[in-house]
Amino acid sequence: MDSNHTHTHTPASYLTGYGAALGLTIIPFALVWSGWLSTGTTVAVIIVTALIQVCVHLYYFLHINLRTTPKENLLALAFAGILIFLMVGGTLWIMIDLHYQML
Amino acid sequence: MTVDIATQHESSAEAVSLENRDFGFWIYLMTDSLIFALAFATYAVMMDNTASGPSAGELFSLSHTAGETFLLLTSTLTFGFASLAMREGQPSRVILWLAVTMILGMGFVGMELSEFSGMIAAGAGPDRSGFLSAFFTLVGTHGLHVSLGIVGIVVTITHVMIKGLTQPVRSRLYRLGLFWHFLDIVWIAIFSVVYLPGVL
Repeated sequence: MDSNHTHTHTPASYLTGYGAALGLTIIPFALVWSGWLSTGTTVAVIIVTALIQVCVHLYYFLHINLRTTPKENLLALAFAGILIFLMVGGTLWIMIDLHYQML
Repeated sequence: MTVDIATQHESSAEAVSLENRDFGFWIYLMTDSLIFALAFATYAVMMDNTASGPSAGELFSLSHTAGETFLLLTSTLTFGFASLAMREGQPSRVILWLAVTMILGMGFVGMELSEFSGMIAAGAGPDRSGFLSAFFTLVGTHGLHVSLGIVGIVVTITHVMIKGLTQPVRSRLYRLGLFWHFLDIVWIAIFSVVYLPGVL
């Protein structure tokens, strides 16, 4: 579980992750603050930077990767991802559809 | 000779037991992420139901959220330094970095509480509208998790002080680290779903 041979257990690696996370946070905040882009584009940038930042955190801080992380942990993560997709996606699909039908 | 084998057997049994706990804790985190996912889904559905009350744009402050984000993100880095110090077997540095993490975490919870109390004082409490009920449920659940994490840090600091970096203490510190880093991931989703689109 606590893999000893990954290269994400160094100060430099943690600082890289921190720098990347900081950059991926500043971009959407700056765009919302300045209002440079249209609302639609800004929302798209927020979603993309958030998804990348989640991956940065998983890799640099939780040390999740495809080589050293045990298969059952990855399986649990993937299963949780599928459940989240089904439940959140399903909820939004039904409720937005309902909203549309009620208009 | 037999004693040696016995202790060896005991310590490997302990290692297996701790490994199982690590996996169990990972499963817990995954189920916890489902709780948050449903709170997010509820918030997304209720977002526009302000019942003629204050809306997200009037309530949220971008700089306040940026401050909270900075505190929590930095606390994730300092917890990482505590984990590194643990791998190098330096208990005093573990305690130092855990203490820094705890202070940053308390700063985060403090900022959140001042935001909540300001909103409630302005008549935008959880009972005002569906939007605010969903907001307080989602962000409050996260804040509660961070508060429990702070309690966990206090307990772990005490363990390191009293017992030193024994195998069970290392294992607990590792799991607490998973919990802390996981909460920062949830926060990314919170500022991306709640605060940024709310201010936009």
